[in-house]
Amino acid sequence: MNWGQTPGSDDSAPLGSDPILELANVEASYGPVQALRGVSFAVPRGKIVTVLGANGAGKSTVLKTISGIIDPQKGQIRFDGEEIQGRSPDWIVRRGISHVPEGREVFPLLTVEENLRMGAYTRRDPGGIAEDMERVYEYFPILRERSRQEAGQLSGGQQQMLAISRALLSRPKVMLMDEPSLGLSPLLTQEIFRIITRINREQGTTILLVEQNAHMALDVAEHGYVLEVGRIVMDDTCANLAKKEDVQEFYLGMKAGGVRGERRWKKKKHWR
Amino acid sequence: MGLPYWAMILFAIASMAIVGMVAERIVLRPVLGYPAFTVVMITIGLGYVLRGVVTMVPGWGTETYALRTPFSEGILKLGDVVLAVQQLAVIGMTALLCFVLYLFFRFSRIGIAMQATSQNQLAAYYMGIPVRRVNMMIWGLSAAVAAFAGILLAPVTFVHSNMGFIGLKAFPAAVVGGFGSVPGSIVGGLIIGLVEALAGFYLPEGFKDVAAYVVVLVVLLVWPSGIFGETVRKKV
Repeated sequence: MNWGQTPGSDDSAPLGSDPILELANVEASYGPVQALRGVSFAVPRGKIVTVLGANGAGKSTVLKTISGIIDPQKGQIRFDGEEIQGRSPDWIVRRGISHVPEGREVFPLLTVEENLRMGAYTRRDPGGIAEDMERVYEYFPILRERSRQEAGQLSGGQQQMLAISRALLSRPKVMLMDEPSLGLSPLLTQEIFRIITRINREQGTTILLVEQNAHMALDVAEHGYVLEVGRIVMDDTCANLAKKEDVQEFYLGMKAGGVRGERRWKKKKHWR
Repeated sequence: MGLPYWAMILFAIASMAIVGMVAERIVLRPVLGYPAFTVVMITIGLGYVLRGVVTMVPGWGTETYALRTPFSEGILKLGDVVLAVQQLAVIGMTALLCFVLYLFFRFSRIGIAMQATSQNQLAAYYMGIPVRRVNMMIWGLSAAVAAFAGILLAPVTFVHSNMGFIGLKAFPAAVVGGFGSVPGSIVGGLIIGLVEALAGFYLPEGFKDVAAYVVVLVVLLVWPSGIFGETVRKKV
């Protein structure tokens, strides 16, 4: 296994010699449906990395496989120098990976504060937990106001804030974020992304971001991977990705001439 | 077994907690993630099997036993009202149990984690809550509570292998109060108990037994999820 080698084209930016999270030929499936067909990529320490892809490309599956909700059939997942594939989700959270699931998934009948306490379930340092709770209340002041309310009564945007805060309370080294802009207004989306950048910058948390909103994702992330039908088909800095014709056409919704449909990724002969 | 009353209580509760955890491990874990109805049917089935097994034990299963308690036989007079100390003790212990459970679920880390797991199992996994272990503890706890309830009930109804059928009365109480709500089940229990007692006194013979179910029907028509039932709408 060539752990040092990064997949992708030669002109891609160097990922640094110290990836915190690395996937090598990961294959995973839901029952008979194979969702990941040999995914390899690396996430450099302290960076924001995004995975773009259409519906059903396997983006969420990548995140669920990393956090141990789905066991991969093949391949290795290496986190901070340690293989983590096949471990239980709670072990993985303890190691320092936390997951902001798609669709928020808050505990509806628990209060905001109780939800946050559950985010810190794996920790035993009351002082540190209180400190982190202060910090997330500072990121999202509305959560402090609503701390005694049931999470089910929050608006969608507030629930998203809660889901992010809850994931922060395990004090993660890597945060996996699945569609944080789902169902949010453009304004709220911007606010959420502003905080995501702040978390990355202030706490040095590495963030692996999966997004439908490719504009936003390419804007905040440094490096991007494009996933199609369970494979990584592109790998580049976000600045370069945003310039590519194919990305513009399929993910940014800009039309490029009349050849639409001719250059589907599915028709590519060669997979990297 | 010749143990003193309090030691017997502890022993019964502890051993039932273990029975609950073993039942979870063997019978219920394979259906983890299935709808609640599956779990309900399996536990009812398991109840019948265990009851059958107990009645097969010679000279043990089919007998009826009396349980002596330290509170037996006393009477308390408050003006014209005559109350049996026995029953007061049962009420007091029930209230205490409810209060302890309330504190446990409201404030302890593991209690909140139990609620979280029941509300959103997937999210519980994401938080690093060991869902399987928590489930096992939930079944252990509920079996322990059942044992405690059985001990409270024993002086009133005597001990026999079918005393668990009182649970059929608990079911309407839970439905009326709203499933999953602790205050709801208390209120539901009071309503069912009162309605039954009053129906037995004021209405003709036979109404006592159906009264509870009439109440269930009416409540379900008016509040389909019970009086304190939680209706959860998921926001997208």
